[in-house]
Amino acid sequence: MPQTEAFVQRIDKALANHQARQNLRATMDRLKLKRLQQFPDKRQLDDLRHQAKSIRQKTLDHLPELLEQLEEKLTQNGIQVHWAETAEQANSIVHDILSKADAKTVVKGKSMVSEEIDMNAYLEQQGIEVIESDLGEFIIQLAHEPPSHIIMPAIHKNARDVAKLFHQHFPELAYTEDVDELTLSARKILRNKFASADAGISGVNFAVAETGTLCLVENEGNGRLSTTVPDLHIAITGIEKVIEKLEDLPPLLNILPKTATGQTITTYVNMISGPRKDNEKDGPREVHLVLLDNTRSDIHSSDEFIDTLRCIRCGSCINHCPVYVQVGGHAYGSTYPGPIGTVLEPQRIGLKQMGDLTSACSLCGACAEACPVQIPLPSLINRLRAESNNQQFGNSRTSGKGSLRNRSEAMTWKLWSFTHARPWLYAIFGWTASRLRFLAPSKLGGWTKYRTAPKPAPQTLHELARQQGFDNE
Amino acid sequence: MNNARENILKRLRSKPRDTNDLQDNLIPDYGWDKEKKIERLIEQMQAVRTEVQRLGKNQWIDWINNELPKRKLNRVLAGSTKEGLAFKESAHHSLEVQDYSQNIEQFKATLFNQIDAGITTTRGGIADTGSLILWPDEQEPRLLSLVPPVHIALLKSDEIYESLAQAIESQHWENAMPSNALLVSGPSKTADIQQTLAYGIHGPKQLIVLILE
Repeated sequence: MPQTEAFVQRIDKALANHQARQNLRATMDRLKLKRLQQFPDKRQLDDLRHQAKSIRQKTLDHLPELLEQLEEKLTQNGIQVHWAETAEQANSIVHDILSKADAKTVVKGKSMVSEEIDMNAYLEQQGIEVIESDLGEFIIQLAHEPPSHIIMPAIHKNARDVAKLFHQHFPELAYTEDVDELTLSARKILRNKFASADAGISGVNFAVAETGTLCLVENEGNGRLSTTVPDLHIAITGIEKVIEKLEDLPPLLNILPKTATGQTITTYVNMISGPRKDNEKDGPREVHLVLLDNTRSDIHSSDEFIDTLRCIRCGSCINHCPVYVQVGGHAYGSTYPGPIGTVLEPQRIGLKQMGDLTSACSLCGACAEACPVQIPLPSLINRLRAESNNQQFGNSRTSGKGSLRNRSEAMTWKLWSFTHARPWLYAIFGWTASRLRFLAPSKLGGWTKYRTAPKPAPQTLHELARQQGFDNE
Repeated sequence: MNNARENILKRLRSKPRDTNDLQDNLIPDYGWDKEKKIERLIEQMQAVRTEVQRLGKNQWIDWINNELPKRKLNRVLAGSTKEGLAFKESAHHSLEVQDYSQNIEQFKATLFNQIDAGITTTRGGIADTGSLILWPDEQEPRLLSLVPPVHIALLKSDEIYESLAQAIESQHWENAMPSNALLVSGPSKTADIQQTLAYGIHGPKQLIVLILE
């Protein structure tokens, strides 16, 4: 199974990099602590989570109506709305808008949806220059790498890596590993890009149906520059990002930065409700919103998996995942890593291609406890495991159900359940295993790579219990 | 592409849903008096390296006239609000005060390269997060608070709300959102290199808030 092999190879590679693991561990520990400091009162935190969950749930329950309302309001406000069922459609819509405006250079604010549809590669193929302007995204664009975390895309790089990259791409700058100086260099390089770009592309954190407002949160100001300086702004978002009312915004804004990075609020909350008005002196004259489905409506149809769509992309589940902290984001080989990626990617791309992600989980539950909108991530991961092994399982529209079924594994479990359902057979099995324990193999493939092989005890538990005087037969 | 819209909506409607387990949005009510709100706002702002000054109602022009030349921030951009005009009238002779009266297309080079500080008013402040509310318009364009390396914001002490929820409710935002509304809670910052906090990546390197009695 090439999917599994490739995954295991990426994991082995990640595990061998001890320095990177230590760095990641330290970062994640710090982020977890900072989050905790924002929520000194556990009960209050749970109230906030419940409220955030309710708001997102309410949205999903009325999604088609809210999308229509959003479209109507945005259109009234002068923002043009486009619908895309697939990545290809979304990319070609964006390209068409750019072509009509004769836009050749684009500055981008951070957008995971644009990563999901590989927008940069598409636009570059059409001869358009795309510059990522979020510092983390800028760094990984220089390195030709995908993000390894959904809100800290360059988390796998240290200052030395960045210094080398900058020196390689901008030899005119003096080599430095000082973070402040590197930041200043990036400021200088990107300022010119903002001033000269023909268009800005951004994601959206929340789209308010009531007022037709696109809300973006950020710390750097690159999002504001990308959406304000160029004459054309294209925003792209998944259809699930809508919220009903403006009053739904404060509770979500309250919990998002706190869970994501342990900040009380991001430096900027940018609320866009229209293009430049006639008498205004700046702001884009044209604003577009591309609403992307890309399997979200299929996920929406499942009573269990719909919870996936509550996600507000804070990354907290990733920060709390004991697997992510060991292997890092690139090992997943998916756009979205960590627990949310493990749930989202098999549904988005198919179990055949991505189902193995669900095996990189111990079902420890840390992600579900950290999630600000209470997505039951471990249950969903478990469900996807079942679906990947059983074509008939559930009534979701996940593609590739049963595609990871392994005959010998399935047979083993069948025998296991057959044996455990029959006391006499179980007794024979136990007796035989304990008496023939010297035959137990000392090498068990992947299992014994890092562990000793298990060996049956000389006597079964039942025998030992009987010797101690327990007898219920 | 019209098909995409219909197809998406049709799929979303294939499973009608009913909401239960809902609760009303809680608007936090801290019960802070004016002084407590100012205190909390200053505390939050200073935590992210915002400079805060408390001044008398009419002292701010003097403060700017005194401070900016000292800090070598001589090229100042102001809006055409009543405050902006008042400042232009009485600006210190060593300050070169510019107007944001042209469209960005004509003004871009000056704005990006020849301005040291931008002065804006605010539509109020938010105590619990230490935020300024900005509603840019034709008098105070959007980039006035973003492109200059230093942003000086005037905040009236009796326009500070406890929370964003309270500000939205009191000012009835839902009835008329401007083309761009902003919350600004500090100077521009990033932690994208090695998780190390650095200020002034893209927006202002410094935010100075003048709280006016």
